[in-house]
Amino acid sequence: MASKEDPKQDKIDRYIDQNLKKVFSDLENDDMPTEIIDLLSVLRAQDEELKGKK
Amino acid sequence: MSHPDPKDELVTHLPALRAFALSLTRNRATADDMMQDAVLKAWTNMDKFEAGTNMRAWLFTILRNNYYSSRRKLNREVADVDNAFSDTLSVKPDHDGRLQMMDFKVAFEQLADEHREALILVGASGFSYDDAAEMCGVATGTMKSRVNRARAKLTEILQLDDDEALELTDSATMAVVGSPNLPS
Repeated sequence: MASKEDPKQDKIDRYIDQNLKKVFSDLENDDMPTEIIDLLSVLRAQDEELKGKK
Repeated sequence: MSHPDPKDELVTHLPALRAFALSLTRNRATADDMMQDAVLKAWTNMDKFEAGTNMRAWLFTILRNNYYSSRRKLNREVADVDNAFSDTLSVKPDHDGRLQMMDFKVAFEQLADEHREALILVGASGFSYDDAAEMCGVATGTMKSRVNRARAKLTEILQLDDDEALELTDSATMAVVGSPNLPS
């Protein structure tokens, strides 16, 4: 393993991390599946129903 | 002072949770199943979440535990991969940048689960080594070692230790990642 003072290794690590952040950011911007949106609606409705009963 | 509803906070972490699910499973259908399970489990166990602690880490932990436990139940050592990860390619500013990013994603997909996970948690999501280690149930030293090994493997696959290759990829990367909106 290269030391942290190794400028070449630093450059490689920086390159990898920049790419990772870009990839992750792309994935975060992917459309949320309808199933998840629907699930949240159901869970919120259940919470409201429970609140109403209390 | 009133505390915000943690369920509202949960919703703000969903894009990151899905990105983590896709990078972990590399399969859209599996990632979405894992997401649903994790959201349901987190929502119904919200009373167990400690206010003031890191909710994103808590959600990621639930999802990864679900994923590995379902893999064990199915006795499946090899994941069913549909390239959901490398197929998720946004429009990039130039052709070279697109190719370099595709190379990177394809290389990333070849990493072992634990190495991919370590890089996503530490390199992309910005968790500390300590937090990432706790989420994965390993020692901090093990997490550091996984990140180093993952970087070494990517370096090998992408031949980044070749000076010329790194100069080329660096300029292409800057064309892609030079966006001011990108977290540093």
